Amino acid sequence: MAMRPPYAALLLLLAACGDDEMSAPAPLTVTGGVAERGRSVLEANRYGCAACHVIPGIAGARGLVGPPLNAMGLRGYIAGRMPNKPENMIHWIAHPRSVDPQTAMPETGISEDDARHVAAYLYTLRTVPR
Amino acid sequence: MRGRAAGVAKAFAIVSLVLAMTACSGEQAVLAPRGPAGDVLARFSWLLFIGGAAIFAGTMAMFAFGLFMPERTKGIPPIKLIVFGGVAFPVVVLTALSVYTAAVGGKVDLGRNARAEGREPVRVNVDGVMWWWEVEYPQADGSTVKSANEIHVPAGRPVEIHLTTRDVIHSFWVPTLHGKMDLIPGRTNRITIQMDEPGVVRGQCAEFCGLQHTLMSFWVVAHPPDEFDAWIEAQRRPAAEPATPELVRGRDAFLASGCGSCHQVRGLEEGASKAGGAIGPDLTHIGSRLSLGAATLPNGIGPLSGWIAGSQQIKPGNRMPSYHHLDGETLTALAAYLESLK
Repeated sequence: MAMRPPYAALLLLLAACGDDEMSAPAPLTVTGGVAERGRSVLEANRYGCAACHVIPGIAGARGLVGPPLNAMGLRGYIAGRMPNKPENMIHWIAHPRSVDPQTAMPETGISEDDARHVAAYLYTLRTVPR
Repeated sequence: MRGRAAGVAKAFAIVSLVLAMTACSGEQAVLAPRGPAGDVLARFSWLLFIGGAAIFAGTMAMFAFGLFMPERTKGIPPIKLIVFGGVAFPVVVLTALSVYTAAVGGKVDLGRNARAEGREPVRVNVDGVMWWWEVEYPQADGSTVKSANEIHVPAGRPVEIHLTTRDVIHSFWVPTLHGKMDLIPGRTNRITIQMDEPGVVRGQCAEFCGLQHTLMSFWVVAHPPDEFDAWIEAQRRPAAEPATPELVRGRDAFLASGCGSCHQVRGLEEGASKAGGAIGPDLTHIGSRLSLGAATLPNGIGPLSGWIAGSQQIKPGNRMPSYHHLDGETLTALAAYLESLK
């Protein structure tokens, strides 16, 4: 069988060049965090996240007490002061008062582990509202 | 024969659907009964499902027979079908059902049955309010213990619920324990429930009562009989004193923000401010409850903060305004104080 150039693969590569993906930052990932488990924690709402935040993909999460959490995977800062990096996100979720004593966000008693899973879920939120 | 096979397949599909429904979590399912009245109603439901499915299958089989084998139906006189299928069969089935209902129906009147045996049911008063439930436990000494959105009962004992409403018609329904009973303005309706084992089941308003009817739910919590009195004693006590400066700040915020004009916190009184309101739920032991906002949110400092500052987003139209004028520290202190009221 004669070798043929892989036209289809070449075309796909070319198409990728024109895509937004090139300019978007690399997806933020959380070591050890499982997005699906984070979703379950948010759905169960034991810590009340959904009472204060709009969280895409979480039923009933339409609170307007705190900021909406859409596009958290693309945002620049957390709590208006910390760069949006996984360790900062986990720390903020678990211990917001230690970052900002005046924040209205309570120490909910969420464990580091659950905070890690929740952060992993939040980093899957990468849709920019238009 | 093809017709009968189709009928059997259909009946099988219906029965498996019903079986699948019973596999739901069960905390609020008619087919997962947790007490004697629920048992009777679940058995009755099964009888109707299975009987209905069998009759449906039989009807479809006859329909298919007529459709696919018309030549075999030639000899049957139509009057025979009408007399047997349309008159005799329903009379027999409905008579049998009536006899069965009369025989087992009396079993669901747990209050009457208990009294006939010389046992007085525990009494609990439930007042329906748009959109939550006030729950009162009258005591032998004439006092009452007040709470909300949770009905605590001793396991294995009949509990007679006296149902009233202070606004519109609601309906009290705990599917695992009993049928529905309406709450009618100006009347006191009674229903006696019994939960056999300690545990928690869910109930909800079953009569449309306005904007937040959907979120007007509650829990029934059955305690081991010897722990029930201890629970009542704990609820009877006045609210816990704040133990840390943050909790003191929370209590002061509670009084200063006017929470007490709608909510009672027994034992909380400072200067001219009192917490004796009766418009909203009694919060004396709010920290010990399973949920907030009539089983809308789980309990805890997070949901409490969200509810205080954003109750109108969580349950739009409810009588409590969103208190988002409190600064962040005060809000969390207030939530921490309420959480400490165990």
